[in-house]
Amino acid sequence: MDQAVNHGQVEEHHAQGQLHPIRIYLCIWALLFVFSAFSYMVDYFQLQGALRWTLIILFMFLKATFIVAIFMHVAWERLALKLAILTPPLALLVLIGLMAIEGDYTFLTRLTAFVAGEGG
Amino acid sequence: MAEDVLEAERSTAALRGLRAAASDWAQDKQAFAVPWGKAMMWIFLLSDTFVFTCFLTSYMNVRISTTETWPNASEVFALTVGGTHVPLLLIAIMTMILITSSGTMAMAVNYGYRRDRKRTAALMFATAAFGLSFVGMQAFEWTKLIVEEGVRPWGNPMGAAQFGSSFFMITGFHGLHVSAGVIYLTVVALRVLRGFYDRKGTYETVEIAGLYWHFVDLVWVFIFALFYLW
Repeated sequence: MDQAVNHGQVEEHHAQGQLHPIRIYLCIWALLFVFSAFSYMVDYFQLQGALRWTLIILFMFLKATFIVAIFMHVAWERLALKLAILTPPLALLVLIGLMAIEGDYTFLTRLTAFVAGEGG
Repeated sequence: MAEDVLEAERSTAALRGLRAAASDWAQDKQAFAVPWGKAMMWIFLLSDTFVFTCFLTSYMNVRISTTETWPNASEVFALTVGGTHVPLLLIAIMTMILITSSGTMAMAVNYGYRRDRKRTAALMFATAAFGLSFVGMQAFEWTKLIVEEGVRPWGNPMGAAQFGSSFFMITGFHGLHVSAGVIYLTVVALRVLRGFYDRKGTYETVEIAGLYWHFVDLVWVFIFALFYLW
């Protein structure tokens, strides 16, 4: 009984907490369009090297941030939920780092093995 | 002086947020002040984040470690329209469509909380239609790649064999998510139209479906940047 009352309150509070003006969504929509167009331009004008991947990563993270924060309403959630959602993926950075090192190592091993193989 | 006061206020606000989080987790009751379905959807999306990151990380690993040249995505996915050669055209259109569908979904959630039954359903159907057209374009892209370019999971004429397996695995799994999302959204939209959530007294299901759809868009942001543009 007590729990049912509590649950009802949560829902009511929740619905009121997510009533944002439509304008916000239209603005974010436009922003995402602009960022996508920019990242497409990076390829269209064939920017290369450090400039290329810096811009690609920058626009990627800007888009991801706006989608998660505004469209998925994370900006308006309580910290307890934000921490539960946003901290576990940090573990993935370790995986990415390790696999990058591993990939470099495999590449070097293949180079030496293939070159030695062809030479012999 | 005024700045010191502001600074102090800011740090107490941060501290209050942390205290609230600790208290939310330490109480012997519901930790997350959201409907349970929403908490569960977030946990599912968290696990899906790990799945997609594993795919993208393995793609990074094979691309770093191959000694053959990686096919130039800008060229492979180019289209010729009216005699002009446009790089990545289809992918750019697909990206815009998915972003647009995310926009209509966000508005559907908003109208749901305003109890605007018809607009919510209409926007959700629009979202599903955009999703369907995305899958259609993906089918076209796959066909072109397999039939015309001769790309296979075990090799292709343009360079490193790992290109095909990475491409089919990553975009295939994403396309599967979009297809499932189209079905999911259609089912929920039909319920909205029939007034199911008015009788239930809450439109939270629409927001939960929205979370899934935005996640599909989010994954595409990473695929677009890391696979097609890199």
